[in-house]
Amino acid sequence: MRPFHRRFGRYSASLEPAEASLIADLVDQVRQLLAGRRAEAPSDPLAQLTGMTLGPDSKPTDPAVARLLPDFHAEDAQLSSGLRVLHEPELIAAKDAAAVKLLDSLPRGGGPVRLDDDAAQAWIAALNDVRLALGVRLEITEDDTPPPGVDDTESPQAAMYATYRWLSAVQDSLVSAMLDG
Amino acid sequence: MADVGGSVRISAVGSAVGSGVGSDLDMGIGADSGAVMTAPAPEKTGSTGAVVAPDVPWVTIVWNDPVNLMSYVTLVFQKLLGHPRPKAEALMLDVHHKGRATVSSGPREKMEADVAKLQAAGLWATMARDS
Repeated sequence: MRPFHRRFGRYSASLEPAEASLIADLVDQVRQLLAGRRAEAPSDPLAQLTGMTLGPDSKPTDPAVARLLPDFHAEDAQLSSGLRVLHEPELIAAKDAAAVKLLDSLPRGGGPVRLDDDAAQAWIAALNDVRLALGVRLEITEDDTPPPGVDDTESPQAAMYATYRWLSAVQDSLVSAMLDG
Repeated sequence: MADVGGSVRISAVGSAVGSGVGSDLDMGIGADSGAVMTAPAPEKTGSTGAVVAPDVPWVTIVWNDPVNLMSYVTLVFQKLLGHPRPKAEALMLDVHHKGRATVSSGPREKMEADVAKLQAAGLWATMARDS
């Protein structure tokens, strides 16, 4: 991979074929997690009639999904529940839109990536969602401490952690280019 | 640079990898799907019983987490909250070192919108009544 840099108002990088398909696969997995959550929303005839989509009133049971869709209030469970019903559908839609925008601007076979501001914004958000989900699966709790199970280099945890760190570098290179831009 | 050749599974959905990470997750579809719709909670009064004025401002709080990059958090504060770079960096460092920071304040509806924006960007944001 050639990291992101800003050139002529665009953010450019270059991906190996395996890197591009890995990103596509992981972003798609997050989309599936969110689609599963969306399917838990109550089907309310009145809501369908008014066009207002309401979310479930309880936290996601999958901790990775729960990290992507946190409570709105740290202590007040009743308030959080009410705000989740109101806001969760739009949050899922925003995350899905970012994921789709990333996938639309990703060269599937590898090669150059060129992003305008809007696509760059989508990339950093969608990559972040992947990293959040991986962080939960890896049980990352400290900033710079390797999570459990990654010492065994043959383990799935080690492969996942290597991927997580690589995604961190990709995201950081794009964010840095955007901060300097 | 990390080796990215292997396959990594985050999702439980449609996972064919029996021993894969998260493969035995309960996706929660089923038992809870008939969830009762709840209206937004009414404004509460304080424990002293004093009625809190409806115009008491609320705040948006961002909590530290081990995944979000410091550079990313700074950029999100700039882009989504409109803070200038020095302010965005100071708030990011507060989150990092103190565990949390108040990043905006205002009426409840505005804070709901701020929390939603920040959560959409993946930050761990909550709202609270200012105290």
